Amino acid sequence: MIRFLFDAVRTVLQGPREYWLWLLFLAAVIAYGVANYVQQLTTGLVVTGMSDQVSWGFYISNFAFLVGIAAAAVLLVIPAYIFNRRDVKEVVLVGEGIAVAAVIMAMLFVVVDLGRPERFWHMIPGPGRFNFPLSLLAWDVVVLSGYLLLNLGIPFYILYSKYRGGEPSLRLYFPFVVLAIFWAISIHTVTAFLFSANPARPYWHTALLGPRFIASAFVSGPGLIILTLQVIRRVTSYRIEQSVIDLLALIMTFALQINLFFVVAELFTDFYNEGSHSVSIRYLFFGIEGFASLRPWIWTALGMNLVAVTILTIHPLRRNLVTLNIACVLACVGIWIEKGMGLVIPGFIPTPLGEVFEYTPTRTELGVSAAIWALGFMIFTLLAKLVIAVEQGKVTHAR
Amino acid sequence: MSDGQQNDPEVGSGAGGGRRHFLKTLGLGAAAAGAVAAAPAPAWGGRTLKDAFADLFRKHYKEMSPDEVEAALRRIERRAEARLGVGIDCSNTPPLEGVVFGYAINVSVCRGYRDCVSGCVKENNLGRDSQVQYIRVLEMEQGTLDLEQADHYYDPATVPVEGKYYLPVQCMQCDDPPCVKACPVEATWMEPDGVVVVDYDWCIGCRYCMTACPYWARHFNWTEPQIPAEEVNSNTHYLGNRPRPRGVVEKCHFCLQRTRVGREPACVEACPTGARVFGNLLDPDSEIRWILANKTVFRLKEDLGTEPKFWYYTD
Repeated sequence: MIRFLFDAVRTVLQGPREYWLWLLFLAAVIAYGVANYVQQLTTGLVVTGMSDQVSWGFYISNFAFLVGIAAAAVLLVIPAYIFNRRDVKEVVLVGEGIAVAAVIMAMLFVVVDLGRPERFWHMIPGPGRFNFPLSLLAWDVVVLSGYLLLNLGIPFYILYSKYRGGEPSLRLYFPFVVLAIFWAISIHTVTAFLFSANPARPYWHTALLGPRFIASAFVSGPGLIILTLQVIRRVTSYRIEQSVIDLLALIMTFALQINLFFVVAELFTDFYNEGSHSVSIRYLFFGIEGFASLRPWIWTALGMNLVAVTILTIHPLRRNLVTLNIACVLACVGIWIEKGMGLVIPGFIPTPLGEVFEYTPTRTELGVSAAIWALGFMIFTLLAKLVIAVEQGKVTHAR
Repeated sequence: MSDGQQNDPEVGSGAGGGRRHFLKTLGLGAAAAGAVAAAPAPAWGGRTLKDAFADLFRKHYKEMSPDEVEAALRRIERRAEARLGVGIDCSNTPPLEGVVFGYAINVSVCRGYRDCVSGCVKENNLGRDSQVQYIRVLEMEQGTLDLEQADHYYDPATVPVEGKYYLPVQCMQCDDPPCVKACPVEATWMEPDGVVVVDYDWCIGCRYCMTACPYWARHFNWTEPQIPAEEVNSNTHYLGNRPRPRGVVEKCHFCLQRTRVGREPACVEACPTGARVFGNLLDPDSEIRWILANKTVFRLKEDLGTEPKFWYYTD
């Protein structure tokens, strides 16, 4: 075991110049973000664009998006372990690597949003007081940390078995795989419930929010995995079969169609008989009282998703890697806006007392967020490096 | 001040000498001393290392023994003196037996002067620069209760304005408070006298309670709240108006420091028109019970099912 860890560290520390330049670049972004975070810690959250009116902002927006990315790893886990598809099995550990990076990023986005991060231990039952099962935020802590453990534990066992030259015993890890599948759906459902649990915020208080979260996660997740697999294909000698990308593209197509249908359902319900429950969505799409800072964002997102769904629905365009990649980028950015600036922020506008107060992230927030993203990329890079080396048999007990 | 020796050298100065003195008294090793000396002075807000440590690793309010509560109160007093330069008296008066507080406002009498707001700010040691206010008075269009049409920033010098009426909003002390459910660490709860309180030393600052509140009654300390020394109200309560730190949520607590010893909340006292009524809902002879029995009353957003203990009525 210790030798495995030792070899693992040695593997990720070996790489060509480009590999090191990439890591160095990420480290620089992280350093910039840490400097911004120190400023936020010493001055207070006043350095962000948030206010009593819009009390959650860019951080929680990214959190909501990233939980979806993490959940989407299940789309590789199901075909790999349940349907036993060999082609998918070869990349499933990469998918779980994305999940690990995404969960860590999501958790960090919550931590940087805290006014008192040093009191984080108050959540630990025993020394702290954990308001479970009443608080949805407590639920989120439970499901996210559980998901992180599952996605570290299963791949670790498989990699370690392969490292020792044996085959992992399916009977041993299969129960955990089944658990991880349900768990993946639960993390994003709970995150949706975190928002929809609030009658105080009519924009979120809809039963459609959970389904919408899952549908949009099954767009952005596969989109990101498709792009990642192609990068791996280009920079390593690891074989990634086209059939995996085809499968993910098909799932993504259905999910995006369903997601857009949900958007239409929401727009209809809100605007056919427009009442006080529709003020936020009116602000988002059209602006109210001359305030409309989110309007360009949501229309951009909608446009991106529409172009993406068109490309994906037309078979030749979906099978063409260039157009498919365009669709993936558009859909990922589109969903990122829809779930962040388009979902979290307008929930706070207007306030429950009807005040319209706008929000724009500050440079500090952008810097800290960039650092978390860079850290996520770094974690994934290192994990992927290890996974590929073990899968290719370059790191074994024998050597 | 029970612990003057611990208190004096560190206050305000942030000098290394004071810190060394404490490490000596604490008997910490050289390694710890090195680590501590490297940290910048405001790391524990001008407090002693011992106090900072005790604050960091203190228990939840409901789990503290009477002695521990006492120690926490004294720490709060020392912290306030270090930060604001004024001595305060922090109490922990328990809720009165057989009392559940309720509130009613006569909207036909309120003129929108906002004297309640300034009375509250002074009484409750609200940050002056951060401009946190527990009460928001809305200037409403006559003929509607639509909050979207309310003016939050009307000029109090010109009130009352023809065609408008005034609707003060503050924490409704809901009997089924969504904010309490939301808090992941039980830093906010309802006391036996019906008041929803926050332990400012337990709150982690996630602001989920603010998201859950339908009345926009919760406010966050985005920065260190500043109060001029001469304006500090030194009569404070642990769950009430004691000076708050940065990064935590606060809200109206029906002036616990006053109401638990039989006085009226500051907003009731400040109101020049007598629009505000405060009292014990369990006392059948109280004025508030008379209003509920004899006036046409309504509650804001009653349909959300949070059971506010805060009513509005008209003449």
